[in-house]
Amino acid sequence: MKLTLHIWRQPDRNSPGRLVTYQLDGVSPDMSFLEMLDLLNEQLASSGQDPVAFDHDCREGICGMCSLVINGVPHGPLQGTTTCQLHMRHFRDGDHIYIEPFRAKAFPVIKDLVVDRSAFDRIIEAGGYISTNVGSAPEANTIPVPKEEADTAFDAATCIGCGACVAACPNASAMLFVAAKVAHFAHLPHGQPERRRRVLRMVEEMDRQGFGNCSNYEECEAACPKEISVKFIAEMNREYLRALCSPAADQV
Amino acid sequence: MNRLQRLLNSSVGAKVMVATTGLLLFGFVIVHLLGNLQIYRGQEAMNSYAKMLHDLGPLLWLARLLLLAIFVVHLGLAIRLHRANRQARPEPYYVQHTAHREPFHQRRVKATRMMVITGVVILLFVLFHLMHFTFGWINPQAYGKHDEAGRHDVFGMVISGFQNPAITLTYVVAMLLLGWHLFHGAVSTLQSLGLTHPVWRPVVEKVLWALLIFVVVGNCFIPLSILLGLWPPGG
Ligand code: HEM
Ligand code: SF4
Ligand code: FES
Repeated sequence: MKLTLHIWRQPDRNSPGRLVTYQLDGVSPDMSFLEMLDLLNEQLASSGQDPVAFDHDCREGICGMCSLVINGVPHGPLQGTTTCQLHMRHFRDGDHIYIEPFRAKAFPVIKDLVVDRSAFDRIIEAGGYISTNVGSAPEANTIPVPKEEADTAFDAATCIGCGACVAACPNASAMLFVAAKVAHFAHLPHGQPERRRRVLRMVEEMDRQGFGNCSNYEECEAACPKEISVKFIAEMNREYLRALCSPAADQV
Repeated sequence: MNRLQRLLNSSVGAKVMVATTGLLLFGFVIVHLLGNLQIYRGQEAMNSYAKMLHDLGPLLWLARLLLLAIFVVHLGLAIRLHRANRQARPEPYYVQHTAHREPFHQRRVKATRMMVITGVVILLFVLFHLMHFTFGWINPQAYGKHDEAGRHDVFGMVISGFQNPAITLTYVVAMLLLGWHLFHGAVSTLQSLGLTHPVWRPVVEKVLWALLIFVVVGNCFIPLSILLGLWPPGG
């Protein structure tokens, strides 16, 4: 396959960026999208040019590091997949592909296609945890969890924190991510002691990080590689209101 | 007080307030239409309904003030959210593309993008509507007349107003835009207010869709039926 790539190049956070066009020949349909970029980078490096910086780690759809907005859609055209699991067979010979970084005030570009997503870490630090003493593993059935609750918690827990929801949202809102974390804990017994404090802290930290507000476009759900449902956003709203009416609102 | 401030300042709280006030405005529009449908019961029924409202006196003013407050909160918070949303994405994408695949969702995305514009047009229309029927500036020759019982002739004023094609067109366009605003708004409120119940959510959604169609069709039908001479009979 022969492709024309239009890739966002930006030397650092404070310099302006621009789209640069590259011709790439010899792409196999069996390559993943990131392998295709590796091929481009080998060619750039061997001709003495600066390779394109992009994020990746596991390359198997679990770490959430790979980002990229491909032809206007975070993680590209295939529903329910990360960029690293997208294969070139979903493109055609001769295609023009536009590759941009995630764009949000809260996710500043570090270089080229790499953005700083530590705003998510700060939201997690604000409340995305449970406080417990971890000793030896307890007997498995000491805390019963109803099947439906466990399933719902697991649906939310599949969020890998990639940030595609922010990238896809016209408002750059992080509500799907935060909602997934809030719901994950709210459906499990271990999440109960800090349930009210958690949602207050996480939502208010999200607001401080400069993300936008949800307008219910539901673009996040369509772009999310883990297909997290927007019903969790509704649930987070409810959790927040309840917490605001509870004694926890006096403590945090 | 602390809690109220927190509610208004937070993203979730502001959304909840926009949804609540939006729903209240929607409710007002429905009641307002039910009242206006009195026009099809004739001059007597319409004018006595209008007199009944006016005779409420201070209660009527209380309702008006409340409505104004709801409108201001809705508009103020919606615009504040909109501003923050624009600041959150300082640099636009070169390729703008929706991640949605289904046409229904793509239409909703368009309606959502238009919320501030449809909202501002609704605001302008409300001012026009007040100038028309409350202050009598738009169609002065039909304003301030009285019927045989000495009541303000609201029936005659409305009929005369909508026989004017330009006025009818303004109303119909405004109502279609209101429908567009609510095409996003109606279901969005349920999301903002956190209704996720697997049984009730679809039921409430259907009820809201039905009310939305009722509001748009009803509000367009009144001026159109008068312009086309379908009402009043022989008039
Ligand atoms: C009769 C008049 C109106 C009715 C019935 C109405 C109703 C609604 C409803 C039900 C919503 C959904 C709330 C949600 O997203 O949860 C909404 C949202 C909205 N309204 Fe209105 N509205 C009216 C007038 C206005 C006006 C005058 C403006 C002026 C700017 C406006 C601007 C907005 C905006 C921007 C949103 C979206 C907020 C967001 O999702 O971020 N509306 N409206
Ligand atoms: S909700 Fe989905 S899109 Fe957002 S961070 Fe989690 S996995 Fe990524
Ligand atoms: S590189 Fe780990 S999810 Fe894509």
